[in-house]
Amino acid sequence: MAILEVQNVGKWFGSTEVLRDISFVLEKGETLAVIGSSGSGKTTLLRGLNFLERLDTGRIILRGETLFDAARNQDDEQSLREKRLHFGLVFQSFNLFPQYTALENIVLARELAARKLQSYKKNKKSVLDEIRREGMELLDQMGLSAKRDYYPHQLSGGQQQRVAIARALALKPDILCFDEPTSALDPELTGEVLNVIRGLSEKNTTMIIVTHEMPFARQVADTVLFMDGGLVVEYGSPQDVLENPLNDRTKRFLERYANE
Amino acid sequence: MADFWKITFDLLNGFQTTFLIWALTLVFALPLGLVISFGSMSKFTPLRYLVKTFVWIIRGIPLMLQIFIIFYVPGFIFGAPVASRFTSAIIAFTINYACYFSEIYRGGIESISRSQYEAGQVLGMTKPQVFFRVILLQVIKRITAPMSNEVITLVKDTALVRVIMVVEIIKVAEDIATTGLIWPLFYTGLYYLMFVGMLTLLFGYIERRLDYFKA
Repeated sequence: MAILEVQNVGKWFGSTEVLRDISFVLEKGETLAVIGSSGSGKTTLLRGLNFLERLDTGRIILRGETLFDAARNQDDEQSLREKRLHFGLVFQSFNLFPQYTALENIVLARELAARKLQSYKKNKKSVLDEIRREGMELLDQMGLSAKRDYYPHQLSGGQQQRVAIARALALKPDILCFDEPTSALDPELTGEVLNVIRGLSEKNTTMIIVTHEMPFARQVADTVLFMDGGLVVEYGSPQDVLENPLNDRTKRFLERYANE
Repeated sequence: MADFWKITFDLLNGFQTTFLIWALTLVFALPLGLVISFGSMSKFTPLRYLVKTFVWIIRGIPLMLQIFIIFYVPGFIFGAPVASRFTSAIIAFTINYACYFSEIYRGGIESISRSQYEAGQVLGMTKPQVFFRVILLQVIKRITAPMSNEVITLVKDTALVRVIMVVEIIKVAEDIATTGLIWPLFYTGLYYLMFVGMLTLLFGYIERRLDYFKA
């Protein structure tokens, strides 16, 4: 069974249709790269999956269970929050919390969530210690253990983005989404972030990556989805979509990138 | 010389009232301002307009007039005057300052990027958790300077309570002046200066304490 099925998803902003009839399937452990020019609806799609925007049509099915159905009434805050936790989101502009250190950024949400646990009431210290230990492991995995007590403004963009990735991973999402994770970075810093994502892909993390880095998409993606004007124009293996595109729009888009 | 010490002590007594009005106004107006600021940012349009109109009225008429209104009007209309002059003064100051604070809060809260809320949301944090654990400290850092202005202005505005015969430091000095001794009136300035000096140091300390992050 696919871990994620997105069926006929659509979204309007006022009278503008930004997503139309988007469908795709993601298998566990696979990486989906979403490409397309700006304004094509890629970010809105990710925001829809993360319940930051309410989609107007379609369904989101997670492990065979309907997580979202536009035909149903809107979820209340509480269930919306639980559903969000199936997805992690790494933002283009990192959005770390400036008043917390790298480690605190990673553990904050888990510490707050832990308060509801039965074991927390009994043994607060061991629960918090475990969360911090896992947080340190993640920092280590990002190659940032030495930056544990640094505040975001003391870190480079690439380091901040790596902390943001660790922060998203800390909640153990089923699917980790990236919204152009290197677009806000200086070119010399994109490599370190892409390497981390590549590492996650090798460990079979299920991911959806919106990106403009075509060589990277070719390398890590199991499936590529090309969007234009809110539509899925082409959807298939990286070889098919990126090397032998069928659609003229895909060809023109890829040529523009090849020429850059 | 004995006169000097006696007057110093009398003025200090007067300044106690000044200080009390200042402190109580802050105790009530700081949280009330937050409530008003939420009202002025409400998505419920009638409430938002109601609150904005209220803030316009309070900021639009002199504080001195508001003190008169709170002291006299309940008695005229309901036949139930406010318990004491001092209480009326506190109520008037609280409402007035809460409205000014609410606008500073609103500016601070709205200046925080929406992406900070969203970052908290996608991590499964509740709305109050996002506000109190992520947003609030960033807001406090941004509003420290404008708040220090208001808090310092409040110290000196307290002199207005004399219009309903609440005796604070300047009123004490004026009463002495009617006996022919004028210098205590000018001497009161020193009390204000000392106190505001301490507040300036305090706000400087707060700003330094919040210097560890950039927001």
